[in-house]
Amino acid sequence: MKRQVPLIITFIVGVVMVIQYFIPRQPFAGLFDTFNRWFLVIAVFALLLGLLNLLRLHVNKVKKIDKGWGYSVVLLSGLVATIFTGAKWGIGTGTPFNYIFVNIQQPMGATMFALLAFFIASASFRAFRARNIDATLLLVAAIIVMLGRVPIGNILWNKLPLIADWIMTYPNTAGQRAIMIGIALGTVSYSLRVILGIERTYLGGE
Amino acid sequence: MLILFIISSLSISAFDTPNDAGGSVTLKFSYPSPFISGEIMRKEEGKEFERMVAVSPSDTYWIDNSVEDGVKYYYQVVLTTEEDVVASEPASVISSPQWFHKGRTTMLIVVLLVCGLILFFIKQAKGGKELYIRRIAGLEAIDEAVGRATELGRPVMFIAGIMDIDDLQTIAGITILRRVAKKAAEYESQILMPTSRSLVMTAAQETVKEAYYDAGRPDIFNPNNVFYLTDDQFGFAAGCDGIMVREKPGAIFMMGSFYAESLILAETGHSTGAIQIAGTAMPSQLPFFVTACDYTLIGEEFFAASAYLSKDPLQLGSLKGQDWGKAMFFALIVVGSVLATFGFTIIKDILIVQ
Repeated sequence: MKRQVPLIITFIVGVVMVIQYFIPRQPFAGLFDTFNRWFLVIAVFALLLGLLNLLRLHVNKVKKIDKGWGYSVVLLSGLVATIFTGAKWGIGTGTPFNYIFVNIQQPMGATMFALLAFFIASASFRAFRARNIDATLLLVAAIIVMLGRVPIGNILWNKLPLIADWIMTYPNTAGQRAIMIGIALGTVSYSLRVILGIERTYLGGE
Repeated sequence: MLILFIISSLSISAFDTPNDAGGSVTLKFSYPSPFISGEIMRKEEGKEFERMVAVSPSDTYWIDNSVEDGVKYYYQVVLTTEEDVVASEPASVISSPQWFHKGRTTMLIVVLLVCGLILFFIKQAKGGKELYIRRIAGLEAIDEAVGRATELGRPVMFIAGIMDIDDLQTIAGITILRRVAKKAAEYESQILMPTSRSLVMTAAQETVKEAYYDAGRPDIFNPNNVFYLTDDQFGFAAGCDGIMVREKPGAIFMMGSFYAESLILAETGHSTGAIQIAGTAMPSQLPFFVTACDYTLIGEEFFAASAYLSKDPLQLGSLKGQDWGKAMFFALIVVGSVLATFGFTIIKDILIVQ
């Protein structure tokens, strides 16, 4: 029974979601949005679970003075400070909460994002080593595309941007579409397995 | 003479808006350009015309979303010119909701065909027919990766993407998690799983717990190892990177939906020397994983993982059906390309979905 009920719910909701795509009239119209709203409500309540889990884990770590407990202190201080300032003075412009968000949260997020530039450089260095014919082809294509996308490429040879565009429009798009078709079919097949209850690992069964 | 010309070229047609939930009619009109102002008028049976909206010479259609289904409405377009005010002949229409979206007929046929193929092969598999599935290196390497982490005495790290449990990729990731967790339990190894969504955390905790029970090692299951970090994309990436650098996991699995954080995670994992296996259906992130990870499950391989790992004939049957679906699309692409080369776009036109 513990397994059957979720499987029945999954089947009914799955089939209804497929049907609503093809039937524009009520009661099917807007069903997708309604279900999404329900999910958002559940997710908001679940956020509390996450918060409690975070608190329990880090409070215990600090209590036991476990390895890396200092990080937990920073996390808990940040959590308490943000909740307190937000609850007491609101979250609008000029409030302490907004100050924390703009001067701490946003720069930290931007810093992580900026790290991508360095990671792309190190990953490209490894990927573009001409070890065999395939890697050499990749290297040549990458150099053409990179040069074709910057002004110096046009100065070196005015055909480079055209070749770069051709590589992106034809071979690159063809490859991407092949992957997309595979993903679409994989999604249909996987969804069908979930709807029919053949795939039930996510419920804890084999 | 000018008035006659305006009247003759002034027309309005009204029809029920197709493929909708009702409560809407579409008006199409044409008129000569020299006029000062134009208005769309509407009336119900037995009532007076009332002004609905002003129109300019560039307007060719208008959708009225304020109608009631089953009620007959009359529309006319009224133009004010320098010489006179002229009105078109009224056009009548009744709005109604549709039972089927005709613009999605092709989609329905394709879905039915693909589902039919999948169900056919599932039935064949049920009948005991042997089905060949090609080897997927990334999935074969799962046991090896967990084994290596165990040998090194390090934990296994699993990241199920940054999307919530309503994303199919997250569910596919969790099915792989079960296999990884079971193997980790058999090897008496620990699995670390930071999540960026609370619902994923609860589902993953349950999955890992079941896997440890299945392996007969519930005693070494630590629920604190599956924990919530943050919903914030880069906050989550920073948290995971910190765990990778501090805990130095022997194997890292990244299975789910990833965005810009994919390379940040994969490169940091690479720098720690961990064996990395990634799987995602995000085409834009695949190159990063291919570059930074030891094995990558590309799109459909990722969705095929649970079937491949379980060797369940029913699931393998669905993979076979999926492959036949691919063959069908391949044939359509070839035929469509040849026809389009000779100027016939029938295949392309048929496959357009509204």
